Amino acid sequence: MSTAPNMVVGQSRAARWSFNIAVVMLCLWVLIPLYLLISNAFSAPADVNAFPKKILPNVDTESVKFFIGFYGVTKALWSSVQVAFLTMIMAVAIGAPAGYALSRFDFRGKNLFRIMILMTRAFPLPLLALPMAIMFIKVGLDDTVFGLAIVHTTLALPFSVLITFSLFSGIPLELEEAAWTLGCNRLQAFIKVIFPLVLPGITASAIFAFVTSWNEVFAAAVLTIENRTLPAFLLQSLDDAPLHLKFAGGAVLVLPALLFLFFVRKYLFSMWGIANR
Amino acid sequence: MQSRSLPYLLLLPATLFLLCFFLYPFVLVAWQAFATDEGEVTSKYFAKMVSHWKFEKALYYTLVLALVVVPVQLVLSLLMATLVSGMKKGRDLILYIWTIPLGISDLAAGIIWLAIFDQTGFLNSFLHTTGMVDEPVAFLGYQSKGTIFIAVALAEIWRATAIMLVILVAGIGLIPKEYYEAAQVYGANGWQRFTKITLPLLKPSLQTALILRVILAFEVFAVVSALGGTNLPVLMGEVYNRQFVLQDNHTAAAFAMLILFISIVSTVFFMWALRTPKGVKA
Amino acid sequence: MAEINIKQVAKRFGKTDALHSIDLTVQDQEFVVLLGASGCGKTTLLRIVAGLETATSGEVHIGGRRVDHLPPKDRGIAMVFQNYAVFPHLTVYENIAFGLRMAKLAEKEIDDRVNRTAGLMHIDPLLKRYSGQLSGGQRQRVAVARALATEPEVILMDEPLSNLDALLRMEMRAELKGILAQSQTTTIYVTHDQVEAMSMADRIAIMEAGKIIQADTPVEIYRNPAAHFVGSFIGNPPMNFLPAIKVEANSWQVAGTVFNGPISDKSEIQFAIRPEDISIDSNGPLRAVVSLVEPLGSHLLASCKVDNTLFRVALDSDAQVSAGDTLTLQPIIDRVRWFDAETKLAL
Repeated sequence: MSTAPNMVVGQSRAARWSFNIAVVMLCLWVLIPLYLLISNAFSAPADVNAFPKKILPNVDTESVKFFIGFYGVTKALWSSVQVAFLTMIMAVAIGAPAGYALSRFDFRGKNLFRIMILMTRAFPLPLLALPMAIMFIKVGLDDTVFGLAIVHTTLALPFSVLITFSLFSGIPLELEEAAWTLGCNRLQAFIKVIFPLVLPGITASAIFAFVTSWNEVFAAAVLTIENRTLPAFLLQSLDDAPLHLKFAGGAVLVLPALLFLFFVRKYLFSMWGIANR
Repeated sequence: MQSRSLPYLLLLPATLFLLCFFLYPFVLVAWQAFATDEGEVTSKYFAKMVSHWKFEKALYYTLVLALVVVPVQLVLSLLMATLVSGMKKGRDLILYIWTIPLGISDLAAGIIWLAIFDQTGFLNSFLHTTGMVDEPVAFLGYQSKGTIFIAVALAEIWRATAIMLVILVAGIGLIPKEYYEAAQVYGANGWQRFTKITLPLLKPSLQTALILRVILAFEVFAVVSALGGTNLPVLMGEVYNRQFVLQDNHTAAAFAMLILFISIVSTVFFMWALRTPKGVKA
Repeated sequence: MAEINIKQVAKRFGKTDALHSIDLTVQDQEFVVLLGASGCGKTTLLRIVAGLETATSGEVHIGGRRVDHLPPKDRGIAMVFQNYAVFPHLTVYENIAFGLRMAKLAEKEIDDRVNRTAGLMHIDPLLKRYSGQLSGGQRQRVAVARALATEPEVILMDEPLSNLDALLRMEMRAELKGILAQSQTTTIYVTHDQVEAMSMADRIAIMEAGKIIQADTPVEIYRNPAAHFVGSFIGNPPMNFLPAIKVEANSWQVAGTVFNGPISDKSEIQFAIRPEDISIDSNGPLRAVVSLVEPLGSHLLASCKVDNTLFRVALDSDAQVSAGDTLTLQPIIDRVRWFDAETKLAL
C-alpha cells in the first residue's frame, strides 16, 4: 500500500480530531502504567511505601541499588542472561535451517512438518515444564541454565521457524540461481547472497527469542531453584519482598527488553508481516 | 540443483528437537495425568482435581477472565489496527509504542498494575488527592474478589492486546486499497467499509489472533499471582501449586490436561466459526 | 567450440509432461530463440540447459562435454534472468565483478573487465550505485553486463526484455544483438514475443505443449510454416485459414473457387495465406465482406468474412474501404500454403 486507505476516518475536521485524540489516549494508556513502574523503581524506598504517592517522584536510585545488592539478584540476573542467550542461539540455529528448507523445497512431509509446528502453538507450552522437570532430573539437567534454555527454545522455535520461513520466502530464488550460474555452489550462494540479505531479519528474530526467554515466568519458576532466573526469583519473592524491591525488579525486567525491541522494531514489523511503507 | 536429501537434513535438527522436547514430554504429561506411578490407568487424579475446593473457582475465574478480557481486546486491537493503518507520519513510532507490552513479561505487567492498585498505590493516591476518598481502598484485599478480578482484567487487557494488534495490522496490510476505493465509488461510508470490507477480509487474521489469544488467556498465571496472590485462583496457578509447592505431579498433570482440553475446544471453535468458505481466497 | 546438443530431453513434473523428447543442436556462436506462448516449455528447456532443473531423461552436451549431471557453475554458461536478479546488497561494480571474483581472477583483470563490460552496456556512470537506485532498464543492463563479464562461451537468456516498456525493448533488442554477435557467444534466448524472435534470431525454435514444432531461420518460418500453429503464431496479424474441399486429386475448392493444391488422401485440408499477400482485384477469386476496418498508420487492416470465416487483409493505408463493403481479393499464388486439417502439418 503506498498511501493510507481511508477505511474509517473521513476527511472532516471533527473526524480528524477524534482520530488524533484516540491515538493520543491509546498511547497514554500504554505509556502511563509503564511510567509509573519506572518512577517507582527510581524512587527512594520511603517514597515507594509512602501514601499518597507523588506523580513526579524525586529521582533516587536507592531502590535499584538495594535491589541489585539484594541477595540472589545478581545471580538471578546472570542466569536470565545465560538462559536467554542460549535460547537465542538454539532457536536460530535449529529454526533457520528449517525455515529455509520450508521456503525453498517441495518435499514429502512438508505439510506434516508445518502442521506439527502449528500444533506447538496451540499447546500451552509452559505446561511442558512439568514433564521436562522429571526428564531433566533423570538426565541431570534439572535446575540448570541449559535445561531451562531447552524449554524456552521449544517455546521460541515455532516462531523462529515461521519467521525465518517468511524471511527466506521474501528473497527470490532467482538471486540464488544467478549466484549458481556465476560460479557458486549452494553453500557459497547462501553465504554470499542470501545471508547478507536475511541477516537483519534473523538478528531481529534472535532478539525476539531472547526477549521471549528473558520474560518467561512459569517454566522458569518450575524448573529452577538454585539457578533461578529473574522472573522466577521475583515470583517467588512476591509474597515477602518489600514493595520497592518488586518495582525495582520489575523495572530491571522491563527496561532491557524495551531497549532491544526498540532497536529492532523495523525488522520485527516486517517479520510479523507488517508492510513498511 | 535439487539435492533430494538436503531438505530433510535441514529439517532434522528441528524435528528431532521437537520430538524430544515437545512430543515426548507431552506424552509424559498425558501419561502422568491418566496413570499412577506404578503404571495403572486411573481417573483418580482427575477426581482429586475436581473434588478440591479450589477447583470450581479456578475453572470459573479462568474461563470468565478469558470471556471478559478477549472480546474487549478484540475491539480494542481492531480499533488500534484501523487507526494505525490510517496513519502516514509517525506510524512507526506509534506502532512501536502500542507494541511495547509485547516485550513486557506478564510478571512485570502484574507488578506494574500492582503499583496502581496496591493500597498505597497510584489509584488510591489519585482518589485521595482529589478528595474522592478519605482512606485508601483495599482493592486487592482478601475480601474484594471483584476488584481483584477487575485489576487482573485491566492488567491483561493492557498487556496482551498488542499480540492481537500485530496480527491484525499485518492482516489489514494485505487488503488492497483498491477494494476501499471501489467501495467509496459505490457509496459506502467509513463504517460500512469497515464492516463490509475490512472485517470479512480480516477473517483469517482474526481467526489466528483469537485462537492464539484465547490459548494464552487460559494460561494466565503471573499477573494473577502478582495482583491477587492466592486470592484469585486460576487453573495455571493450581498447576504451579500442585507441582512446585505440594509436589503432587499427577494432579498437576491432570490440571494441565484440562487446560489443554479447553484450549483445543476453543481452537476448534474458532477454526469452525471463522472459517472462510471454500473458493473464497483472501 | 561451444556447440550445444540437446538429445531427447524430456521433463516430467508429477503427472504432467512439460517436455517431450526434445532434440536441438545450437551451432557454435549461433543465436537461437526458443519462441512460444506461456507454458509451452521453453523456460523449462532453458533451465535444463543451465542446470537449474534436471531432465527426467535425455542428455545435454555443451562444447562437446556431457553436462547434465553438472551443477550450473561447472557448465561454462552465463545466464540473464527475467527479473534480472541483480544482487541488492552489492554495488553495480560488485555485481558485475561477482562471477569474476568467484573465478578468483586477479584484481586488475577484474577491474578491466568490469569497466569494459560496463562501457559496452553504457552503465559506466552507475558503477557505484545499488540496484535499488536503478531503473528497470538499467538493472537489465547490469544483469547482461554481469553475464558478459565472465566471457562465457554460452549465454542463456530468459525473457530478459519482457519487463521493459515497448520503446526500450526495441532499443535493447538491437543493442543486445550487436553485442552478442561481437562477443562470439553461443546464445539461447527465450521469449514469447515473436517480433523479438524474428529480429534477433539466427534460427527460431517454435515450441508448443512441450515440443519443438519447427526450428528454422526466421524467413523460412515466416514463409514456410511447418504447421498450422506456426502460421497462426508468427506474424501480426497471423495467417488466414480457409477450409478446402477436394474436387480432384490436386484440386481444392476454397470459398467457391478451385485452386491447384497438394496431393492428399484427405477430403478436406486447410488453405492458408498471409494478410499482406492478398490484394484487391476485381477479377479476384475470393469474395469478402468487410466487418471492421482498422487504420494502423502504416497500413489498413480490414477484418472480413469469407464464407463466414474470419479473414484479414492488409491493404494500403490509402485504400478506400469501409465496413459493409464487399471486396474481391486475389491471393499471391506463390505464397499460398496448405495444411492437413487433422495433423495440422504442412503439405
